[in-house]
Amino acid sequence: MSSETAAITRHRAFSFSRIGAITTITLTELTRQKVFYVLLIFALLLIGSSAFLARFTFQQEFQILKDVSLGAMSIFTSLLAIIATARLIPQDIEDRTVYTILAKPVPRLEYLLGKLTGVLLLLAISVLLMSAMFAVVLYTREQAALQETARHFANAPRDQLDDALGALRASALNIDLLPGVAIIYLKACLLAALTLFIATFATTNIFTIVVMVFIYFTGHLQATAREYWLQEHSASWMARIFLAVVALIFPDLQAFNLIDDIVVGAAISLALFVKTAALGIFYTLIYTLLAIFVFYGKEL
Amino acid sequence: MTRVFIVVVSLIGFGLMKLPAEHAIEMQHQQEHLRGVEFNLGLREKIGQLGFVAALSGFRAIVADGLFIQAHVAWERTEWGRVLLLFRQVTTLQPRAILFWDIAAWHMGWNASVAALNDRTQPRTALRIKAQREYFALAKDFLESGIKNNPDKPQLYESLARLYKEKYKDHQRASEFFAKAAALPRAPSYDRRFSAYELSYCEGREREAYERLRQLYDEGKKERLPTLITRLKFLENKLDIPKEQRIPDADPLKR
Repeated sequence: MSSETAAITRHRAFSFSRIGAITTITLTELTRQKVFYVLLIFALLLIGSSAFLARFTFQQEFQILKDVSLGAMSIFTSLLAIIATARLIPQDIEDRTVYTILAKPVPRLEYLLGKLTGVLLLLAISVLLMSAMFAVVLYTREQAALQETARHFANAPRDQLDDALGALRASALNIDLLPGVAIIYLKACLLAALTLFIATFATTNIFTIVVMVFIYFTGHLQATAREYWLQEHSASWMARIFLAVVALIFPDLQAFNLIDDIVVGAAISLALFVKTAALGIFYTLIYTLLAIFVFYGKEL
Repeated sequence: MTRVFIVVVSLIGFGLMKLPAEHAIEMQHQQEHLRGVEFNLGLREKIGQLGFVAALSGFRAIVADGLFIQAHVAWERTEWGRVLLLFRQVTTLQPRAILFWDIAAWHMGWNASVAALNDRTQPRTALRIKAQREYFALAKDFLESGIKNNPDKPQLYESLARLYKEKYKDHQRASEFFAKAAALPRAPSYDRRFSAYELSYCEGREREAYERLRQLYDEGKKERLPTLITRLKFLENKLDIPKEQRIPDADPLKR
């Protein structure tokens, strides 16, 4: 009896170790799923093969290589975020794991946080793997291009050679790509949190995925709807209500599409990066809180 | 039911909180010339339904690349109308990609224009020259639109200067655009020289050209390139510069 009392007194209302345990199990479960490997291998293949997609001049080749690689990273992390998260709760309910976990003194908050952290870790691993592959491909092509340019300008004046090499380096692997990759990851985190929120009231993972696809497309149009709603006053009240609903309910996913501009050499200012990252974290937090709130009311 | 109501109210409340932040980011994007593509019916008509959906999903760069590769194939087949159409789509989708504007202008100004001039199906020379001039104008349009979208990058000013120099034979405008390129950050060092070279061909502006070339010459060995010395000597003779003020005749690179 005394040991039971001691165990009860040792029990904490909120425990990072419990969240850590759920995170580890979730990550292990997710990495065992075939869909993860299929998506990851497909993304890595696409990034790897982008070097052979088109052979134009070096500048054109680098732009296409970066576009395809970052585009592949963006679509695969988004897909992975949606598919992996959509399965979490329905799968646990189907396997009855959720009952076993929640029957123990594990609050629903910890359960959801553990699950989400597992997905976010999986996304981080995927983004790191894809970034490493992308960096290797781009670096290899850059070195080849630098050597060829140096040979080509062997008899040219020094400043011309420097200009040519400088232009080449600026169009290949550079530090400006990092914020783009970070924003891709934040967008995936946002989508994972939003999927978790949808999954808390959805009955099947198919429903969650379909709703998320709809949200994904509408989210990319949200900025257009919002600006039209804020600036256009001549629209009918029906149209204004519709636009307001889109602007208020959906996230602005276009705000996270900075890679299109980064690949063409536009440097993203630190202020813009911080604002975008803060918006991404804010969205993720809010959707997670809403998911927790709905999950507390869910009858299991 | 209460929970659903609370969730809906929270979503709307959160929506109202995020609106100013989203609007501020949108404004900053416009200031930094990012997201220069407006999704409307015009774009939909230009890039087709599939391309529009892909662009909407955040993959406009990849769609633009696909169209660029198609344009490359059209160029290999010398389908100039298709090249023009595809490059209009590509530059609409990726207005910040200097490369696309530059290549589009190059195809119009250097490839399509020559093809039009040598078009054997058109027996009338006047019409062939007219077609050639139309392609020059298209190249100019691409470059001017590209500059509007990328006013801070020197490459397109350079390309426009080359177009004026090589196709329109307008050295004054060429000099003006090389000078504009040279004034921008990260411009290559040769832009300043090229601007002065072009000015040296302009009737009535020889004195100004001489002063600019002389200034470059006085900057040191790095600027004393063969073309600069040739143009400078030509102007010295033309302007009748006193002997003691002229540059030496011997090879200046060896001094």
